[in-house]
Amino acid sequence: MEFIRYTKTRRTRRLLAFAAAAASVALVASGCASGGDAGTGGGAEGDLSITFIPKQLNNPYTDVVLGGGEDGATAAGFAATEVVGPLEASASSQVSFINAETQAGTSVIVIAANDPDAVGPALEEARAAGAKIVAFDSDTNPKYRDVFISQVIAKDVALIQIELLAEQIGGSGEIAILSATANATNQNEWIKFIEEELASNPEYAEISLVAKVYGDDDDTKSFQEAQGLLQAYPSLKGIISPTTVGIAATARYLSTSNYKGTVALTGLGLPNEMRPFVKDGTVTAFALWDPAQLGYVAAFAGKALADGTITGTEGDTFDAGDLGEREVGADGIVIVGPPTTFNADNIDDYDF
Amino acid sequence: MFNPPTELLPTATNQSGTRTAAVPSVGGRTGIARILLSRDTVMIYALVAFVIYAALFIPRFASPVSTGFLLLDVIPALLIALPMTLVIITGEIDLSVASIAGLTSALMGVLWGAGLDIGPVLIISLIAGVLAGAFNGLLVAVLGLPSLAVTIGTLALFRGLALVVIGDNAVANFPPALTSFFTSKIGGTGIPTVMIGVILVAIIFGVVLHLTPFGRGLFALGYSKEAAIFVGIKVVRAKFWLYVASGSVSALAGIYWTLRYSSARSDNASGLELTVIAAVLLGGVSIFGGKGAIPGAIAGVLLIGTINFTLRLGRISDVVLIIVTGTLLIASVVAPSIFEGVTKWLHARRHRRTLPQASASGATRATASGVQERK
Repeated sequence: MEFIRYTKTRRTRRLLAFAAAAASVALVASGCASGGDAGTGGGAEGDLSITFIPKQLNNPYTDVVLGGGEDGATAAGFAATEVVGPLEASASSQVSFINAETQAGTSVIVIAANDPDAVGPALEEARAAGAKIVAFDSDTNPKYRDVFISQVIAKDVALIQIELLAEQIGGSGEIAILSATANATNQNEWIKFIEEELASNPEYAEISLVAKVYGDDDDTKSFQEAQGLLQAYPSLKGIISPTTVGIAATARYLSTSNYKGTVALTGLGLPNEMRPFVKDGTVTAFALWDPAQLGYVAAFAGKALADGTITGTEGDTFDAGDLGEREVGADGIVIVGPPTTFNADNIDDYDF
Repeated sequence: MFNPPTELLPTATNQSGTRTAAVPSVGGRTGIARILLSRDTVMIYALVAFVIYAALFIPRFASPVSTGFLLLDVIPALLIALPMTLVIITGEIDLSVASIAGLTSALMGVLWGAGLDIGPVLIISLIAGVLAGAFNGLLVAVLGLPSLAVTIGTLALFRGLALVVIGDNAVANFPPALTSFFTSKIGGTGIPTVMIGVILVAIIFGVVLHLTPFGRGLFALGYSKEAAIFVGIKVVRAKFWLYVASGSVSALAGIYWTLRYSSARSDNASGLELTVIAAVLLGGVSIFGGKGAIPGAIAGVLLIGTINFTLRLGRISDVVLIIVTGTLLIASVVAPSIFEGVTKWLHARRHRRTLPQASASGATRATASGVQERK
């Protein structure tokens, strides 16, 4: 009874607030402690550790890249592999993660930069502390990293698409392109290469590009643009859609229309999205790079840098496990490999 | 962890019981006791306790490197928390702060890219922040519109302007001497040089709030706007200048952000407003106005910053961080209210039990309980 009466005083209320705050902190602290223990494994002397910092966590494409990276890190012989990163892909959000890795003494930092310069000073500090920097997927300013692992050469991506389509339409006829937005850098670069190839390669002399339309990487808009294309050009024989959203929407339209099987469709698509259309015969073949290989090669490049086998100068070669040897090109860029073609035979081997 | 109030109450009441027994005087608190037990001092204890804990148990935490990285990370929030504390004490809010910082950053990028000298670039950017703050002030103080609605609007408006100004581009080629100054440390202490400026700003806001009639007026304003008007506080003017101050300091944070990361982009500092408000509330500033202090708000920012930093050092996902910050905030805001409710309930229950007994057994018992009560 007596002690309940005391709780009425204001002082005790303060104490309660203090106790509440202290208890909350203790809860947080216990959370940290367990994490701290988990982190110590990477700091051991002599063992190489690697940390991947993607643009953001919880992105399906990134998850595939990171999956390949973790496999690669194990295969390359890293003692500890970590994945840390921000939840939002904002310019400066990666800096504090780089700082934490610098402090942890990580041997190799693999990063997909959200901003080529914002991560610069932090990466310089990490390098000063002895870390090797591998950029992948999205490059930093070249002066802040040792090598950049690039998916594919832009021209290869363009060529494989026109090659696939030419094959499917028998080398002649009207074709159209259904792209993302009108000012998308990647797509416009590929379209430029496709146009150049159509104009210069005698094999494609019979093929004429009649239209370029933009679905803005919006599913509904892409669907309607595909519909419009086929109404406007009744003799259209094929469509190239160099964007994963566009190709999926176009395939969905074709599969439910009577153009199914008569109008060819190819481009860049995700196997998981395209699987039903390949199985039902709407699409014969399409292309994309294998994102897992990107992470895989990045891990091996990191290992070679940490071992001192390579320094990131042009002409250096290193072993990339199952993928064979890779060479460092101009500006420290390593190309993972040609785009992969997906068709009914191999599509079930991929899950992304 | 997921149900703090029920978990916290028993500990808290036990502790209060023992404490009161040790300190016999229960009457009005004297000067020192008041300072030592105030809400914001409690935050400082919590901060110190957590730092000691982290230094002892988190590998690699106890080093000057930590001080440097940690402070560099929290400076923008620390700066903006200062005017935010004043704004919230008056019972208003400013959600547009991070957007003002982003706008400043975008403007800096464009002006620098256009070939202006860095001096004019900094001055124009700062003026932009002042104007943005004045715009908020005009709508909230002069026109008397609700600050929540106004600043949600300007949050989108200023971020939109930033996009218009710089688009998807990023400007990164700021003078290296300047950008390296912004990440430089004072000797081997690990304390960033910029902290000197931040401390100066903090002192200015601390003095204005706690040691001037204007500052006391802000508390009055937060308690009751009508009463404040009657005692002669110039409400419109006070609020207007607070928003101007908020805009200016947000611009400073935007300039710092741009030069620290040497990257001017439209999305810089996005989401910072919520971090700042969470930290300020955690620091004991009442969202209803009228209560709060600068030291508490600073401790709140540093506590969230330190927790953040240790979690990253332990490579724990940011998801956990969000949950932890949210839980802390709710605990700090809700715990006192729940406690008050429980006290009232216990009080009522005691009266229900004791009163009939007292009437039944006569006067002696009533006096006895009266004596007890006074003790």
